[in-house]
Amino acid sequence: MIEIQNLTKTFSTSDGNVEALKNVSLSIADGEIYGIIGMSGAGKSTLVRSINLLERPTSGKILIDGRDIGSLREAELREERRNITMIFQDFNLLMQRNCLKNVCFPLELAGVKKSEAVKRATELLGLVGLSDKLKSYPAQLSGGQKQRVAIARALATQPKILLCDEATSALDPQTTQSILSLIRDIHDRLGITVIVITHQMSVVEQICTRVAIMDGGVVAEEGTVSEVFSAPKSHAAKRLVYPEGYEQSVAAEEGERIIRVVFNGANATKTPLIAKMAMEEQIAASILAASTRSIGDKAYGNMLLGICGGEEQLGRAVRYLRAIPDIDVEEVISDVS
Amino acid sequence: MFHDLFAAETVQNALNILKTQFPLAIWETVYVTLLSTLFAIVIGLPIGVVLVAGENGRILKVPKAVLHLLNVVINLLRSVPFLILMIMVFPITRLIVGTVVGTPASVVPLVIAAFPFVARLVEGSLREVNPNVIEAAQSLGASPFQIIVKVMIPESVPSLILNTAIALTTILGYSAMSGILGGGGLGKIAINYGYYRYQYLVMLFAVICLIILVQIFQSVGTFLATRSDKRLKGRK
Repeated sequence: MIEIQNLTKTFSTSDGNVEALKNVSLSIADGEIYGIIGMSGAGKSTLVRSINLLERPTSGKILIDGRDIGSLREAELREERRNITMIFQDFNLLMQRNCLKNVCFPLELAGVKKSEAVKRATELLGLVGLSDKLKSYPAQLSGGQKQRVAIARALATQPKILLCDEATSALDPQTTQSILSLIRDIHDRLGITVIVITHQMSVVEQICTRVAIMDGGVVAEEGTVSEVFSAPKSHAAKRLVYPEGYEQSVAAEEGERIIRVVFNGANATKTPLIAKMAMEEQIAASILAASTRSIGDKAYGNMLLGICGGEEQLGRAVRYLRAIPDIDVEEVISDVS
Repeated sequence: MFHDLFAAETVQNALNILKTQFPLAIWETVYVTLLSTLFAIVIGLPIGVVLVAGENGRILKVPKAVLHLLNVVINLLRSVPFLILMIMVFPITRLIVGTVVGTPASVVPLVIAAFPFVARLVEGSLREVNPNVIEAAQSLGASPFQIIVKVMIPESVPSLILNTAIALTTILGYSAMSGILGGGGLGKIAINYGYYRYQYLVMLFAVICLIILVQIFQSVGTFLATRSDKRLKGRK
């Protein structure tokens, strides 16, 4: 259990103080894959780096299994860090060591016997699918392979918590997929708590169970992934969930009314919704903007429809759409943002 | 100066000196250079480490005053021209070696002149280490000492080797200079025969030997640095 209590971090820069975290409180249960998502500068990196005290918070507490890690002495903190390991956006491998020795590194630090360390490192490199690269150097590996080595290295000391700081942000979509499924696989096998920092919605959708949305140093919204993504409440969450549809302002044509159709997990992707409405109700709707995504087999997101034909048509369209489960409809008055 | 440079008698005489005195002189120059570099590294390496690791208390908690003092001492020693430094440290040389003349005595001023230079080179090498890698090591529970000996130094080995070659060639130059004030080796021969006795051919031979030594040190350094750098390993 990780409890973050009233965390504040202020950086002093040449242009005055910057508050990276403003009174952030979160709690993350054991065995969760917890996503922290936000735009650049939202404070998510500072937050995750506070969990292993790479960043010392200005005020507030981090409790791990009830233990305040801020109160640990240097040596105790180093010990604790073996329990909370981390992977990074640019991997941060030791460039002058081969893969095997990179994975042995944390074991060496912990004073594990060399033969034992080599054995464990070999196993871990097998677990991440790099059994054939033991003697290769990081410079000889692709980005995805480097991240796999970094994951093996992070797992070497058998941590309870794995922090992933933008771990897939430097990777192409396909490699991102494979790294995410590796992380999920490791989570399932070892039962460790994983905290994923990202600015990519897709990463959270794919592997997280819960999510916190950070914006301007505060947690704007927090909850299960399906809750937050299906019905985002905060401005920051809406901006993330409806990246295209939300901010875009759509000018209505003469005599056209605009409605927003919100998909809260409807099976709508499989049904040709707009076509059906046109056939059954003879309402012609034009799609002005749409941003929907599937999480599992359900659709989330929103769509802006322009409907011609005045009040009566509009009313029928709204009624028709509202009758479908898990779909909300609201009229957009003028400016969509 | 050069009109009778290649007269039969001059050449014969120079070749004679080349045969009788050069082997010892080359040996003296090489061992003084290697020994001085070694001592300079022994003193300069820890100073360079402290300068980088202590900066902003990032890895080591070093009082600001200590860092400041180290910087001042390095800059001071580096600003004094070598020959003048050599004279200034005569008392120290006498204290350590017992005399200020001769090949072993020249090691003392060479080390004093070279360690601040080595410290700066080490500082430069260590600064090249990616700070994110150091942070990753910290996140894995590395102590300050482990970060220095297992991350900072090993990760900058290729650069340290290259800088050692630079230090060697610079110290080789200083050791030749020390020939003016009692140091032995090729510098002494060049000055004694070339400057005092106008035997320019002998001086030329000494200079050629120095050039060859610089070439050897630099080539070996570059070779070792390249070979040790695992970042240069191409993809299979």
